[in-house]
Amino acid sequence: MKPPRMKPPRITRDTLKLRLLGSRSRHGVLPMIFVYAVLTAIGFVYLYPLLYMFVNSLKSPQDLLNPMVQWIPTQSYLGNYAKAFRVLAYPQTLLSTVLVSVAPSLLQVWVAALVGYGLARYRFWGKRLLFLLIFATFIIPPQNTVIPQMLTYRKFGLLGSLWSLLLPALLGQGFKSAIFILIFYQTFLSLPRALEEAARLDGASDLGIFVRVALPGAIPAFIVSIIFSVVWYWNETYLTVVFLEGGIQTLPMQLAKFTQAYENLYPPGMVNIFDRLNEAVKMSGTFLIILPLLVMYFVLQKWFVESIERSGLAGE
Amino acid sequence: MTGRRARRELSFRLREALYGYGFVALWIVGFALFTVAPLVETFLYSLNNVTVTATGIQMTFLAWNNYTRALLTDPTFVQLLIEYGVETLVSVPIVLIFALIIALFLNMDFRFRGLFRVIFFLPVVITSGPVIKELAAQGVTAAPQVANSPLIVNALAQVPPYLRNPIEYVLTSFILILWFSGVQILIYLSSLQKIDRSIYEAASVDGASGWETFWKITLPALSTTTLINAFYTIITLSHFSENKVIRYIYSQTYRVEGGIGYASAMSFLYFLVLILLLLGSFVLLRPRTKSEL
Repeated sequence: MKPPRMKPPRITRDTLKLRLLGSRSRHGVLPMIFVYAVLTAIGFVYLYPLLYMFVNSLKSPQDLLNPMVQWIPTQSYLGNYAKAFRVLAYPQTLLSTVLVSVAPSLLQVWVAALVGYGLARYRFWGKRLLFLLIFATFIIPPQNTVIPQMLTYRKFGLLGSLWSLLLPALLGQGFKSAIFILIFYQTFLSLPRALEEAARLDGASDLGIFVRVALPGAIPAFIVSIIFSVVWYWNETYLTVVFLEGGIQTLPMQLAKFTQAYENLYPPGMVNIFDRLNEAVKMSGTFLIILPLLVMYFVLQKWFVESIERSGLAGE
Repeated sequence: MTGRRARRELSFRLREALYGYGFVALWIVGFALFTVAPLVETFLYSLNNVTVTATGIQMTFLAWNNYTRALLTDPTFVQLLIEYGVETLVSVPIVLIFALIIALFLNMDFRFRGLFRVIFFLPVVITSGPVIKELAAQGVTAAPQVANSPLIVNALAQVPPYLRNPIEYVLTSFILILWFSGVQILIYLSSLQKIDRSIYEAASVDGASGWETFWKITLPALSTTTLINAFYTIITLSHFSENKVIRYIYSQTYRVEGGIGYASAMSFLYFLVLILLLLGSFVLLRPRTKSEL
């Protein structure tokens, strides 16, 4: 009862050609090698600055001066990191950066969900105009609105405090809010209305329907939006410098004045030549700034990469 | 009878509209407070000489003087503005073409596709102004091996400056430009996946080559996406905090001879150029055939 043994397929010129070049239904070996080669090459160019940053951050002052040492440091020297860590006041700055990026994000995503739901589920006059205005908030450069806000905050003593970022986020004018509104609009459009209508017949209130029936369906959109919002707030320096300077310090803000901060800690005239500011220390500082984002990215990469495809960012 | 039903219908519509406004109310208030009001205020500043005092601000009316000053007597601003315009015009096609090529690759079915997707999206996560500035200062954002090669440098020396500057910009910021294509790659990718498979099958039955299908089916299907990506690219590049014009406006804000009024006028001129760029790309890229979304 043994099944008849499959004959190994004979390799003729034709099958070989098919294997190598591919057919309509499957890719051949040669085109695939080409694809891998091209993607790897582009990927290398793409990551080149990061590789350079990482390698150089591990170079000791001797390695930096040694022209023979290019890609492989003679030892993994962590002294640069120790210095950059001190200069950036890392633990404290990291904590405030997390606060500055997470708190406004939660608010702005929540408001974006409300607005997106209103746009997706209700008919009202002026909706087209509203879309236009939302798009306008995406276009208007920050420097066209920042100074009066800054002066107002100054008047109320809110400059340098987290409120200067929380208030706009609370009212739907956070950083890149328009994108999140569109994401939620698309998400709610794509969700079926049937459950919500059933809840309405059961006498649920509009807000109740939104919170209890519609929101659970939009959880992926929430996760995606919060992740992106956190990243964008984290990397934002124009608004944070104007609103927070003198108060809360974020990591990118600290990096922007790295030289100055370094020379405060290690005055150039007072320290020996190996403790002067060099590119290795700067690269360590830069790497420390992006390290938390890198970790977050690799942990959550599925959400980052697959989400946009599903979130409907592209559908507008 | 019909009158009453019509009234009920009306009140139903009214109710729906009211709740709709309720959901977007926060945004409308915020728009008035944090977008319209500051925008108008900034416009007023731009027509005045603004000095900040301990108690508030003092304004002396200058009419359009700040604008004429920026355009006619400030050589730096006009030059930076032109550079920004040219660099954006050069970068956008590079980003779009690169994003499309990578998206086409990633849309194929092969192993490690996810890994490559992760790589090409990585820069989105880490591009903050100061990080880019540090990397650019090390010269690592340039096209590796190409930007400094004597051949290129000599060849560039022969080219007139209005051509040389954009080329040099592309060479020295090559990776940086590519780094701005992460989101666009994903947007292209998702549009590619929405194209109906059966069209490709029909085309292949009719004997169309891959090359023909790309130009006749894929590209037309992506026309709206391309417009979205162009807008996204232009806006991201223009809002980027290391943008030279933004840096200049920012530095002028806190300077005595510049001041808030002058910086505001420049902000509006910059905004105008941005709108022109968006309009230009719209005219060029708007979908010719009506495609349904």
